[in-house]
Amino acid sequence: MDANQSGHFGDFGGRYVAETLMPVLTEIDKAYAEASNDPAFQAEFADLLEHYVGRPSPLYFAKRLTEAWGGARIYLKREDLNHTGAHKINNTIGQALLARRMGRRKLMAETGAGQHGVATATAAALFGMECKVYMGAEDIVRQAPNVRRMELLGAQVHSVESGTRTLKDAMSEALRAWVAEVEDTFYVIGSAAGPHPYPTMVRDFQRMVGDESRRQFLGISGGRLPDVVLACVGGGSNAAGMFAAFEQDTDVKLIGVEAAGYGISTGKHAASIAGGQIGILHGSKSYVLQSEEGQIQNAHSVSAGLDYPGVGPEHAFWAQTGRVAYHAVTDEEALEAFFTVTRLEGIIPALESAHAVAEAQKLAQEYGADKSIVINLSGRGDKDMETVLRIMKERHESH
Amino acid sequence: MNRIDAKWKALREAGRKGFVAFLTAGDPDIKQSEADIRLALDNGVDILELGVPFSDPTADGPVIQAASLRALESGMNLEQVLDLVRRIRQDYDQPIVLFGYVNLFFRYGYERLARDAAAAGVDGILVVDLPYEERGEIAAALAAHGLHRIALAAPTTSKERLGMILSDAAGFVYYIMVTGVTGARQSVREDLQERLAVLHAVTDLPIAVGFGVTNGEQAAAVAASADAVVVGSALITAARAGRLGDLVQDIRGSIDRAVS
Repeated sequence: MDANQSGHFGDFGGRYVAETLMPVLTEIDKAYAEASNDPAFQAEFADLLEHYVGRPSPLYFAKRLTEAWGGARIYLKREDLNHTGAHKINNTIGQALLARRMGRRKLMAETGAGQHGVATATAAALFGMECKVYMGAEDIVRQAPNVRRMELLGAQVHSVESGTRTLKDAMSEALRAWVAEVEDTFYVIGSAAGPHPYPTMVRDFQRMVGDESRRQFLGISGGRLPDVVLACVGGGSNAAGMFAAFEQDTDVKLIGVEAAGYGISTGKHAASIAGGQIGILHGSKSYVLQSEEGQIQNAHSVSAGLDYPGVGPEHAFWAQTGRVAYHAVTDEEALEAFFTVTRLEGIIPALESAHAVAEAQKLAQEYGADKSIVINLSGRGDKDMETVLRIMKERHESH
Repeated sequence: MNRIDAKWKALREAGRKGFVAFLTAGDPDIKQSEADIRLALDNGVDILELGVPFSDPTADGPVIQAASLRALESGMNLEQVLDLVRRIRQDYDQPIVLFGYVNLFFRYGYERLARDAAAAGVDGILVVDLPYEERGEIAAALAAHGLHRIALAAPTTSKERLGMILSDAAGFVYYIMVTGVTGARQSVREDLQERLAVLHAVTDLPIAVGFGVTNGEQAAAVAASADAVVVGSALITAARAGRLGDLVQDIRGSIDRAVS
């Protein structure tokens, strides 16, 4: 569903920011509404998606995963094959086009895994814009290759030392910095989170993921739709883009997969819907990991891109209405899925995407061979190799 | 009459400008925080803005972020902030405004907050990340308990928008002097007088100006055109260095000299 005029999805969403940012949010809202209805804007976006990003990405029948799991047919939406290696580039190209249309020459972004930072730095290079990326000091260590990519692309990477030094703090710091530079800087948010109109805009700029998957599957299956569509959910941009296209197809089961970290019951996880409560973080009302009193709690996930204590407001709405089911997968399960996809299909998935794969494995056996599951493989895992190798080494040593 | 309104009336009658002091409740711990507040109120502060510590203060600079963290580490929560207000209220009649982020108030419950805050002796609430468009969340609860919802205005706010957002504001307007977070700045913006003239054209409410005021000199420059000066980060820095009383007196004196 579309957010109402004030940016609410039912009880969720909105614009909970200081007055200083309200004028620019109103300006972006208006500019985005105009761009959405401007065929020239849409044509330029579509052209860049095709020739620069490399869309449409394939919907790949994963024969060996299907055989290994012995159940439903498994399809992978190959967002890992996009330029820069993840779905994030779709949205940053869209927002950079909007920034240019609004006369802004500087981009800024927050990043967790670094994929959104790289994608923003890439768009900035493409459009000849300046770029600053805010990244938690902890993530700078665990996603070092992406830091070097951003710097190579000409972006300034600001290390955020406050709080837990991860994505949450990067976003807080980016909001603080934006307030000071709001006159000439466009803040490119990478998640379907933040104040209105970002959740709507990010979803729309990712919607081709779902639209393509739907069209591709109809083509492959002779007019049928998949039985289940799965996507991982941190802030929830890849899932929002995927689910939006299938929202009206009520026979298609939609499942968002959150990061259960060490397990929901341990309290060390990043599953805001499964383990959080309604609250307000970074400009919108949604499910948030927080204390009873409303202090934001630390998230934990092996995957930096899911390591966030909130979730986009439309996911909160979908969870409340029941249109999307939200499950959670542990670090351990995600790592196992990471190896499974790598060894069986020769595709190294992002740890984020591996969460969706792990959930699919659980479901595959419940569903017979006449059923089909589409997994959004939202990004490639090169960036995670250091993390995975470190964990392997620690395990080896502890045995 | 709400203590805030009474205070402005008294200031106007005396021909004085106001001094609004921001301190984070519970920084660095409850006991010292109460001592700091008493010291500030004893040395000429007109209105106390009491910051409710939050884990993710996105409108605050490093000084108030650190103060919030210290307060949280000492175990401060909203109930204890209200207890602190209750104790202060026994000895002081200066207006007290709670300054905080919406999630803490949302989780506490707006109706419960308004009731408990009013009972403790709070006079107004400023929710930094609750703009005009979302005020419906809390406005009725505050009004029902006689609390003012203090509105923020910023340099980015257009005249047209000012008219809208101040249409139902009460108590005073907090004008954010800089486009940026709280904390020290080198100088006071040169066009402050023109900016305030625009505000005065759309509202009869007194205007308090803050964000970036660091010392007596800057406070005097602001007091020349504003109804009151808000000082926060600089007071916190001074308090932790053991010179809060001196800075409060310096600012008080500078404001008074600027007017006379």
